[in-house]
Amino acid sequence: MHGLVNRTIQQFVSDTYGAERWSEVALAADLTFAEFEAMLVYEEALTRRVLEAVCTVLDKPRAEVLEDIGTYLVSHPNAEAVRRLLRFGGEDFVEFLHSLDDLPDRARLAVSDLELPQLELREHAADRFSLTVNARIDGFGQVMIGMLRSLADDYGALALLEHRGGQRGFEVVDITLIEAGFAQGRSFDLGATADRAAEATSASGALVAPGHGN
Amino acid sequence: MTDPDAMVPILDVLCPMHLVIDASGHIRHAGPTLQKLRPESPLAGQRFLELFELRRPRNVRSMADLLASSRVKLHMRFRDGIQTALKGVLMPLSTECREAPAGAVVNLSFGISILDAVRDYDLLAGDFPATDLTIEMLYLVEAKSAAMAASRKLNRQLQSAKVAAEEQAFTDTLTGLKNRRAMDHVLDRLIAGGRPFALMHVDLDFFKAVNDTLGHAAGDHVLQQVAQIMVEQTRSGDTIARVGGDEFVLLFDGLVDARRLESVATRIIGELERPIPFGDQLAQISASAGTVLSLDYPRPEAAQMLADADLALYASKHKGRAQHSFFSPEMRDPAPAENPSLGQAADMGGEGAAAG
Repeated sequence: MHGLVNRTIQQFVSDTYGAERWSEVALAADLTFAEFEAMLVYEEALTRRVLEAVCTVLDKPRAEVLEDIGTYLVSHPNAEAVRRLLRFGGEDFVEFLHSLDDLPDRARLAVSDLELPQLELREHAADRFSLTVNARIDGFGQVMIGMLRSLADDYGALALLEHRGGQRGFEVVDITLIEAGFAQGRSFDLGATADRAAEATSASGALVAPGHGN
Repeated sequence: MTDPDAMVPILDVLCPMHLVIDASGHIRHAGPTLQKLRPESPLAGQRFLELFELRRPRNVRSMADLLASSRVKLHMRFRDGIQTALKGVLMPLSTECREAPAGAVVNLSFGISILDAVRDYDLLAGDFPATDLTIEMLYLVEAKSAAMAASRKLNRQLQSAKVAAEEQAFTDTLTGLKNRRAMDHVLDRLIAGGRPFALMHVDLDFFKAVNDTLGHAAGDHVLQQVAQIMVEQTRSGDTIARVGGDEFVLLFDGLVDARRLESVATRIIGELERPIPFGDQLAQISASAGTVLSLDYPRPEAAQMLADADLALYASKHKGRAQHSFFSPEMRDPAPAENPSLGQAADMGGEGAAAG
């Protein structure tokens, strides 16, 4: 699995629970190094082992950990770059959902050996969608739930998300949009950079910054 | 402005991927770049919805549906051949001024499929309008890939250098055994793993005498022979570390049987006592050993185990050379009356075992 994926797990643990917990994970997973490098590719078995170790060290079920990782990717200031790249997907939550099909290709455009799970959005009605996640490691559906829930907040939309399970490698997430303009959401300025946006976030001390434009 | 035919030459330059559709949903004209994607079959005359699958919005089945989807982003792809994905936006042609048939203009672009499209269709800079940013984007992708490849290469070099450095950092270069750092690491792992294991502290006797009388080269040679003996007398999964000048720590994962450990220690000491040839000289050394078992502790700790192994070694030295002892808690109590004899009896090489 790509270093970016492994490093996300590492950053999630150390940013959320502290560097010592990450050291415990590294020990429990029998890592021969202290930190993942973002731009190296690691064996898939290693990622599985690290995930298992995270669940053991944090004493949390796998599904919960995975969902928390998804939330972390969108809402933690240290992952601001990811949130921004996701927000490029669309001006509102529904448009963003529709951009998910393109997400793996977009990611590959930036990092050619980064293989994200294949995503396919189906629109059953204007407010009902399902997202099929096809990945080599089980549990990406849960990560997507965490991400989508946080992104709905980010866009100011109110959405219900439900993991419908699935067969090996395929997971289905049901998405019901309750209200597109439920809250103001966080601002997104195309011209800002992740650094500056993160600064603004931490400076205001709040995750919800005043919106602009609309 | 609403005469489609008048607009065509303008649109061909400004939006070479546009389509003019008539009221019945048939393509009346296709921009030159779009036509280039299907060189064999003229797009004009085909039905828009038969040529393209409209993936979003869904359920667009007629010209009326299409007109209702104006101004929004259309996601579509060719139904046949290379199913290139396209993005588009549609604007209806108004019918207010004259009775010309209503229709629409759709402007298309590749979106994320641009990289594949350029390759699949041999597209050139001239196929994109001068104001289009596609060429800049392709340039950016190319430049980024080149920079990324360079950085990746550097990454790989640094990584292998790092692995080599770490390997070195954990290896005793003279003997090829693990060093103190590596031993600490393995010991922590064994403790964390919770499996039973034994820790044996081995200290050479008379080694200093070899160094002093035969020289350092002889000393180095002896240490290499010692290392080889220890490797030969242990299992491949055991950890053997040189933790000081003539001190060694052996970790036996999963082995806590006292009889077997005793026999390993006896074999090692026995082999070490055989004279080691160096040039035309013979180097004669011996060794003492002390062992602790992880099972001796409710919660084993590295520092405590090392200290206790040291005490067991100390007890062996006290018994005379070439001895092996298991740690027992009473060793922690000082034995004051017998201490003075230790210097002579146990360590004729001149290095106190307890100090290691």
